[in-house]
Amino acid sequence: MWRRGFPGGTHPHYHKDLSSGKAIEELAAPEEAVIPLHQHTGAPSEPIVKVGDRVRVGTKIGEAAGAISVPTHSSIAGEVKKIEPRPHPLGANILSVVIANDGSDEEEEKAVLKPAAEQTREEMIGAIKEAGIVGLGGAAFPTFFKLSPPKDYPVDTVILNGAECEPYLTADHRLMLEHAEEIVQGGKIIMKVLDARQGFIAIEENKPDAIALMEKLVAGGNGFRVAEMPERYPQGAEKQLIKALLRREVPCGGLPFHVGTLVQNVGTALAIYEAVTEGRPLTRRVATVTGSAVAEPKNLMVRIGTPVAQLIEACGGYRGEVGKLIVGGPMMGLAQFTDEVPVIKGTSGILVLTEEEAVVPDPEPCIRCARCVDTCPMRLVPCTIQDYVEYGLLDEATDWGLMDCIECGCCAFVCPARRRLVGFFKYGKALVMERRKKSAAS
Amino acid sequence: MEARLIVSTSPHVRTDQDVQTIMFQVVVALMPALVGAIFFFGVRALWLTLISVATAVATEALVQWLRRKPITIADGSAVVTGILLAFNLPGKTPLWLPVVGSFFAIAIVKQLFGGLGYNVINPALAGRALLMASWPVHMTADWAAPSRGVMSGIAQDLGLDAVTTATPLNLFKMSKQVLSDPNALAGQVEEARVALAALGSRGTLVNLFWGNVGGCIGETSAVLLLLGALWLFYKRIIEWRIPVSYVGTVLVLAWVAGGTEGLFSGNVLFHAMSGGLLLGAIFMATDMVTSPVTPNGRIIFGVGCGVLTMLIRLVGGYPEGVSYSILLMNAATPLLDRWTRPKKLGERTLMKASQ
Repeated sequence: MWRRGFPGGTHPHYHKDLSSGKAIEELAAPEEAVIPLHQHTGAPSEPIVKVGDRVRVGTKIGEAAGAISVPTHSSIAGEVKKIEPRPHPLGANILSVVIANDGSDEEEEKAVLKPAAEQTREEMIGAIKEAGIVGLGGAAFPTFFKLSPPKDYPVDTVILNGAECEPYLTADHRLMLEHAEEIVQGGKIIMKVLDARQGFIAIEENKPDAIALMEKLVAGGNGFRVAEMPERYPQGAEKQLIKALLRREVPCGGLPFHVGTLVQNVGTALAIYEAVTEGRPLTRRVATVTGSAVAEPKNLMVRIGTPVAQLIEACGGYRGEVGKLIVGGPMMGLAQFTDEVPVIKGTSGILVLTEEEAVVPDPEPCIRCARCVDTCPMRLVPCTIQDYVEYGLLDEATDWGLMDCIECGCCAFVCPARRRLVGFFKYGKALVMERRKKSAAS
Repeated sequence: MEARLIVSTSPHVRTDQDVQTIMFQVVVALMPALVGAIFFFGVRALWLTLISVATAVATEALVQWLRRKPITIADGSAVVTGILLAFNLPGKTPLWLPVVGSFFAIAIVKQLFGGLGYNVINPALAGRALLMASWPVHMTADWAAPSRGVMSGIAQDLGLDAVTTATPLNLFKMSKQVLSDPNALAGQVEEARVALAALGSRGTLVNLFWGNVGGCIGETSAVLLLLGALWLFYKRIIEWRIPVSYVGTVLVLAWVAGGTEGLFSGNVLFHAMSGGLLLGAIFMATDMVTSPVTPNGRIIFGVGCGVLTMLIRLVGGYPEGVSYSILLMNAATPLLDRWTRPKKLGERTLMKASQ
């Protein structure tokens, strides 16, 4: 096992047994799909359909706009009813295409592709971009862009990320058990695109069945190795995983390619496989629906654009007093105002907490216990940065590493004074970005 | 759905260790030493402690009420300050002394600087410093003989003044002064040699270990303080850097310079277990509010405490230097935090790339 690890980290309760034993179930297509045109990091895609247009499963409805952007596809067959801002998991109303299902589930004709083995690097990257693939671990960074690093930075190592360190979530675990072969094939495509020398499938030790299965698949030395990682949050964070596995440190403000590495979530590898071999666009994903306020936690294969309420319904509905609805996991997920928000490409899970679990304790003064310093996987000093943000000293906050914060939540998780550290960091980062934009404009 | 959803920033889960549980665990860790204090110095040790705690808590409530702030005595931090102040008093001090000390510690040192989390120096130690400066006789002469009177016994056997030599470190200091005094009479020198030999003897070390020696009520028993330390480590309340670097520095300096037969002849165990070192290193130097937050800062802090402690013990005018050394390092804490900012993950790589 890779025991060398990364700085800091913590051990939240994992609660994965709620859903880890449940095989992925296919959820019926929704009557109405709400497909936001902004589901990825970068510029939103632009709508290329009109109200009244007929679309099929896989029809492109939004075109990539800008260097870092990907197209958006319809996940159901039917008629475009509206194109208007709708509630989005990020918390704002975002331009979305509303499609009424006609029940036919007719599929769009797929692009005719050469067999994967005969495709060039550019053809594969093109297929991946056209399929609208983004990182499915949560950050939703356009995948084609990650696969096209600058020439001066050759990537020699590919890491398929199956760590799934976020508590409660089991979507990646189930994918590795049920689609292991495709994931490995997807990984090989990534290695071929990048001309990489070695590949790892990194899995936390708490998923021994997935580790055993993957080890069997990669036996015989075809470039991939399974890396059993210790159970420690945030093991699956990109920079921490690279540090733990390769002893490489992604430079501050840099990206993994700066140290010759690429990390892709296992779900993304599966999507890449489907895009390159079948020309299938990204119109569905696996999401874990879990938490003690859900009657029957499950792992569901859902169409993008399905309202969250429908996922809950498929899991037997809410149980008891619902306190908090979270898209994602408990450490980094986003609390929602409403269950009308749709599943988007980056939605790895829906977590519902009871009222009791959801109580937000009042913050108290910092007692300088340094637990946040000891747990920070970026080796920052969260309590000090928080003070600077609180007092509006953005230059000092940036100097102390505000922009290096990965918002993993370790600091606020361990804080005995219940301070809202991550909230301050998100706020401070937004202020800094705004200021940078302004100074760039002037 | 009907229910109103709670919306807040991530993370949505937290550890169950809050400020109150931390303070409670510190109080628990201090209990063995309190039992020891009562055992060795009688029930008066309990009264001193209770009065000190009651004053600390009442003062905290009073000042917060006057400042129209929420009253936070339930967090337990005033209880900890009260116990620690009492533990720093000799057993026969008058009962009003902890009242003055605790009031000063809470009202002036803690609340006037903004309350929990904002005080610059350790309240209990500042309270002790005030009492030392204002009532030095009470603070240095009111030693109670431990119930089985071993330490004062040594002094009496040697025909020394039982009051001023009532703690091992007092005896150590006096004997060393005699040895370094060119005008000392032969009899005095002989007496000092015997005293030093007695201090380094197995019997004295055993008594220091159990706590059966003169001293402040909470500081004498090494084993009971270490028991508290084990509890704090087990519950992950304190972290190793400060106590280990502090005690480690004292051990090294004691070995190198603490002896009377030249360098490297010091009695390491004697210095580790006597005086307030363990109480200070385990419970007061580790005070979170007044010690550095950075890992390297904590090490420097501990080493600094150790160096100052041994400087005072071996060179300075006082027999004991734990409280002043911690107070001085408290004052250096903001600077240490600034000087020892950890290298961010990826900071080294960036430097390499830009070279």
